[in-house]
Amino acid sequence: MVEITSNITGRRIREYLEEGKRFDGRKADQYREIVIESNVSNKAEGSARVKIGKTEVIVGVKMSVSEPYPDSPDKGNLMVTAELLPLSSSRFETGPPKFDAIELGRVIDRGIRESKVIELEKLCIKKGERVWTVFIDIYSINDDGNLLDAAGIGAIAALKNARIPKYDEENDAVLYGEWTDKKIPLSKEIPFPITVHKVGKSLIVDPTKEEEDISETRITIGRTEDTIYSMQKGASKEISIEEMEKILKITKKVWKELNLKINKFLK
Amino acid sequence: MAKKEFQRPDGRKPDELRPIKAKVGVVPNADGSAMFSTGDTIAIAAVYGPKKMHPQHQQNPEKAILRCNYNMISFSVADRIRPGPSRRSMEISKITEWALEPVLMLENYPNMVIDVHINIIQADAGTRCAGINAASMALAHAGIPMRGIVSSVSVGKLDKQLVVDLNKAEEDWEEGEGATDIPISMTSDGKITHFQLDGKINNEQVQEAIRMAREACKKIYEIQKEALKEFLTENEGGKNG
Repeated sequence: MVEITSNITGRRIREYLEEGKRFDGRKADQYREIVIESNVSNKAEGSARVKIGKTEVIVGVKMSVSEPYPDSPDKGNLMVTAELLPLSSSRFETGPPKFDAIELGRVIDRGIRESKVIELEKLCIKKGERVWTVFIDIYSINDDGNLLDAAGIGAIAALKNARIPKYDEENDAVLYGEWTDKKIPLSKEIPFPITVHKVGKSLIVDPTKEEEDISETRITIGRTEDTIYSMQKGASKEISIEEMEKILKITKKVWKELNLKINKFLK
Repeated sequence: MAKKEFQRPDGRKPDELRPIKAKVGVVPNADGSAMFSTGDTIAIAAVYGPKKMHPQHQQNPEKAILRCNYNMISFSVADRIRPGPSRRSMEISKITEWALEPVLMLENYPNMVIDVHINIIQADAGTRCAGINAASMALAHAGIPMRGIVSSVSVGKLDKQLVVDLNKAEEDWEEGEGATDIPISMTSDGKITHFQLDGKINNEQVQEAIRMAREACKKIYEIQKEALKEFLTENEGGKNG
């Protein structure tokens, strides 16, 4: 197993990209094949597996009942966390979450929160006292680049098939393992993140691990076709205003193509 | 597009920054330090280094490591913040490193570390931007070779109106489409080194927001430069400690 991408491989990837080519024959703005599977765990309220090429993540949704936050007494809570499992790459280690996992969780959290894709106001049981908390937990199973987009798509897929568990209001107990036929209320639009990487002069989507290794900077945009809900620039290479404008256009186009593919699985 | 009679809560024009104060040399012990405030948001930053990186295994033989630490003082906001790192502060620390690295000539200092400590004393939105502005000045004040200075501002969209340098009341805007917050950092020649966004906005509006950030960053750059010059004049061209 290759641990890191060597300089010579990196140089070759850059040279290829300058001619508009990638090792696996894709175009700069072309995604790898994507497969989404629902219900990977029957204990979860909702769950999904997303494979993009050899990259794989699983995402689960659990729910519990708790007090609302003081600044949103009539809204449910949302919590997104990510774990980069040592099982999924020789580069990940056991122990408390490192920065990459924290950033991954936070970027996905913001995309979901800002887009209001979960109608949190419908997850209030008793104003100021009891509301549902939705936990979205992301686990990497195999890292071959672009975990972030896979995680965002996985979160949406898991939410789509999540059912609300039964809740015994009198005893304030969630009856885990018994579900109502109510789904988590979701908005019609499906936002998900698309990340564009800058490699040399090229802008590419859905990098393999090798490509990700030589990426100088990345912009993740959580969006639908017409609306942007979250953005994050990662890594330290600067980019020009013109490049940023290109990236906005690329993500709009890629979102449209990807949305068609994703919808087939989510129907 | 924007309605003519759009009113910001504090009466500012859309492209108007809050009153800014900038000063270097606020922490005598540090190798470089600076204060940057905009409205009621106050950030101080101190630089220690370049110095030998310990532990040794974290050294990079090709270049120095920039290590930023963003921290909000417990009483900087209405609800006391529990001291110590949070997921939010860890992310902002990293974002700050990414924002500043492009202008630093880190390759001059292999195996070294440059520590930048940023503390928010009083918060009224835009703290990460104020922190980056202060840190950028503190690095220059420390005499660390730089290609330029980074300036940072948060552009916001209140309902449909784009404005610069959001304060807390604006960040919490709920009318219409609500508030979109877009913190952006740029070099003095207009390259983007940091970009985040939360809210609801379209491609064209983001492009317009970047243009507004560019203009605002030019103004902030002048203020940062002025503060550094002032220090040099006061100390007759030389600095110590």
